[in-house]
Amino acid sequence: MSVTQAGLLAVLVSVGTFLVLHRSLTRIILGIGMLGNAVNLLILTVGSTPGEVPIVGSSGADRMTDPVPQALVLTAIVIGLAVVAFLLSMAYRSWTIDGNDVVEDDLSDRRIAAEPDVTQDFGDET
Amino acid sequence: MRTPTMLLLLLAYATTAVVCLVGHRRLGAASFPLATLPHLATFTWLLVVGGDVLDGTPLVAEVTWVGPLELTLSLRLDGFGLLLGLLISGIGALVTVFSVGYFGARDERARIAGLLTLFAGAMLGLVWADGLLTLFIFWELTSIASFLLIGTDDRSATARAAALRALLVTGAGGLSLLAGLVLLGIDSGEWTLSGLIAADPAGGVVPAALVLVLVGTATKSAQFPFQFWLPGAMAAPTPVSAYLHSATMVKAGIVVVARLAPAFASVGPWRPIIVVCGVASILLGGVRSMRQQDAKLALAHGTVSQLGLIMVLVGLGTPATTYAGVAVLVAHALFKAAWFLSVGAVDHTTGTRDLRRLRGVRRVPLLATSVMLAAASMAAIPPTLGFVTKEAALEALLEGGIGWTGTVALIGVAIGSILTVAYTVRLAVGVLGDSTTADDPVDTDDQHHPGPTLLGPPLVLALLGLGGGLAAAPVGEALARIAAALDPASGEGALYLWHGLNPALGLSALALVGGTTLWWATRRTTATADAPRSASTVAYDRLYETLLSGSRRVTGVTQSGSLPLYLGIVLLSVATATGAALAVDRGLLDVGALPVANSPLEVAVCVATALSGIGVVLARQRFGAAIALGASGYLLALVFLLQGAPDLAITQFLVETVTIAVYVLVLARLPQRFSAAPAWAPLWVRIALSVAVGLSVAGFALHASGTRQEPSVAAEYIERSEPEAGGRNVVNVIIVDFRGFDTLGEITVLAIAGAGVVNLVAAARREQRRKHLEDGTDVEDLSGRAPEVWR
Repeated sequence: MSVTQAGLLAVLVSVGTFLVLHRSLTRIILGIGMLGNAVNLLILTVGSTPGEVPIVGSSGADRMTDPVPQALVLTAIVIGLAVVAFLLSMAYRSWTIDGNDVVEDDLSDRRIAAEPDVTQDFGDET
Repeated sequence: MRTPTMLLLLLAYATTAVVCLVGHRRLGAASFPLATLPHLATFTWLLVVGGDVLDGTPLVAEVTWVGPLELTLSLRLDGFGLLLGLLISGIGALVTVFSVGYFGARDERARIAGLLTLFAGAMLGLVWADGLLTLFIFWELTSIASFLLIGTDDRSATARAAALRALLVTGAGGLSLLAGLVLLGIDSGEWTLSGLIAADPAGGVVPAALVLVLVGTATKSAQFPFQFWLPGAMAAPTPVSAYLHSATMVKAGIVVVARLAPAFASVGPWRPIIVVCGVASILLGGVRSMRQQDAKLALAHGTVSQLGLIMVLVGLGTPATTYAGVAVLVAHALFKAAWFLSVGAVDHTTGTRDLRRLRGVRRVPLLATSVMLAAASMAAIPPTLGFVTKEAALEALLEGGIGWTGTVALIGVAIGSILTVAYTVRLAVGVLGDSTTADDPVDTDDQHHPGPTLLGPPLVLALLGLGGGLAAAPVGEALARIAAALDPASGEGALYLWHGLNPALGLSALALVGGTTLWWATRRTTATADAPRSASTVAYDRLYETLLSGSRRVTGVTQSGSLPLYLGIVLLSVATATGAALAVDRGLLDVGALPVANSPLEVAVCVATALSGIGVVLARQRFGAAIALGASGYLLALVFLLQGAPDLAITQFLVETVTIAVYVLVLARLPQRFSAAPAWAPLWVRIALSVAVGLSVAGFALHASGTRQEPSVAAEYIERSEPEAGGRNVVNVIIVDFRGFDTLGEITVLAIAGAGVVNLVAAARREQRRKHLEDGTDVEDLSGRAPEVWR
């Protein structure tokens, strides 16, 4: 991995994180897509050094780049597409139901935060 | 000698328990008779092998589970295990017979029979266990059985709270015991009790481990300051209390202490802890028992006191006290079980256990005999077993030779004996005497008289207590051979009905006179006394309450309900942990060893990708953001290509195209601009957090890329690609051939996601059409309009 690639990784992860931390569902989905790209880049660049294309006969085995991270990332790219498509249709559904695509606060959590005290019945002393 | 019989007996208990619990609807009246069978089998077998075992050949059984981890179910039957086995199965059989009459046709009888049997099996496993972890497993099983039995009346909040309290106290103690045993096991390398005692480790972690073990034993045997759960446990039906909470389970702590004491009593903190907690329990239990109006509760507090006495005796660990401890244990099991069963019979007959209301119990001759004999043994009146064993205890303590702890123990036991006589007389008078004060007395003359199953078992136990005293010499000899299993030197012990005029006899006489006087002097004040909550209970309840409300408060603070905040906290933790590791250990990140860039072209492509990535954030409109994301994705494909991954580049290119198409389709129906929902944190905080996460991930990646230790598996794939799969493109071969099933899984995910998308979109369409029909809004008009709330 080169320092330049690491720099690109830092930018992509930062952007993805920033987007995911929004309340707008659309931005969150964009962020997830971005983080997916970033992680694919990470796996590929950490797992292999640049080299010749891993096609038998085109070059010697010792000069080829490692095909295993490529196979992993290839699967990840396709799964990433499935995730984004599903999330987008959920955002669309959420929009048709309540007219916005905002991630609301969790109501039961808010209730606990508002009333932290409980009283317990311990029964009679015997 | 090896024998599988112990395992088979435990299996018999387990099977009977399961049959009772599963078939509780069908078994009905047959459940308690069925539950006596394993008890009878065990009792008979123990009598058969008893002679050999007492001659010093322990029986062992072992089942290895995970050998290298020392996880072995190992049992060992020696003299002490034989005695406890006889008590557990013998009293168990009597209790089940008693239960036939006590529970009558009540619905829960099969469930109670099953749980009692389960408990008995676990208890036998506990007293026979040799493996340290085996011991712990059976120890916890008894706690769980006790919890379920205390909570038998599950509609009563008191019973539920008492059950939970008992479980939490003994469960926490069990963990402490486990920690202590594991420390001892690691320190000595021995994972069996017999091996541990033989190894006799000292120094290092041993004192700390022993303190942990003692905490565990104190919780189980209801010793100060953990004694408070035992009176609460009286919410259980009386036969259960007689069995678990007086005769057997509460002896578990004593069993462990008795086995360890001969080897470890001289280690630093052992004797002080035993004596302080034991004497405190003797005195507290005695005083509190005097103030109870419920006969069963008075007995429960008396049990705390008596357990303290046994704990002190076996815990001091000299040959004489060990012998006396074993003797008192037997006497206590007999008279306390007889007492409990008698009170159960009284309760069953009259419907009350209130000492102020009972009348006419003495006119049920067999019941009155049981009560009187049990009381005589409990108060140590000659010639009962209670008397001769108490004499042995006092003599052993008078022997001295163990410093201040022995003196404190002697004084404590002497005062305790006075208290014991006082509360026993009060209890006996309360049960047998005719109430004159209560407004609503209950007379046995008005009630049906108890049947033979209710009268027989307590009488048998009480008569054994008398017979044991009359036959002091042979009983003493048998007990000596039993105690020799704990400490060979204890084999010298003996019991005497008449031992001449000696200090021990003097103390016994003092106890009888002093106790009777104490009872007479306090009989009026104790008749109206109401026991205050004990400080331990108050402390426990406060701790429990604080724990509950504290955890709720922590939840309230940390779980504010804002999902982005949760995510922020998670990501911050990731960034902090990674960042801190990289910052502390500079060696982790050797940037100098890595190339700045692999080629000039790479710099240009990376910068372009990064810029279009930043563009996603800056875009004000959804479309702009989506297109920026697509641009960065296409450029990323070039990065892949430069790395030597054309397959990835092509896939990324295709997928990015499809993704943009999906975005366009969906976004066309959403408003153009992002909704202006209020942010959960200021902009600079979010930016700082994001950059921190990005930098830590990049730092991690730089570190990780230089840490490969094993060669890649790629060489094998490359070599076998053409001959085995007939393909030259190694990446393709991996995906469709070598790892074909992974790809099948991937395709399945894709198909499921596709089905989800189709359904969600179709549902949304239907709804819009319906809305359109209802109020005439144009379907297309909906898109592009910001929601009312955020506009």
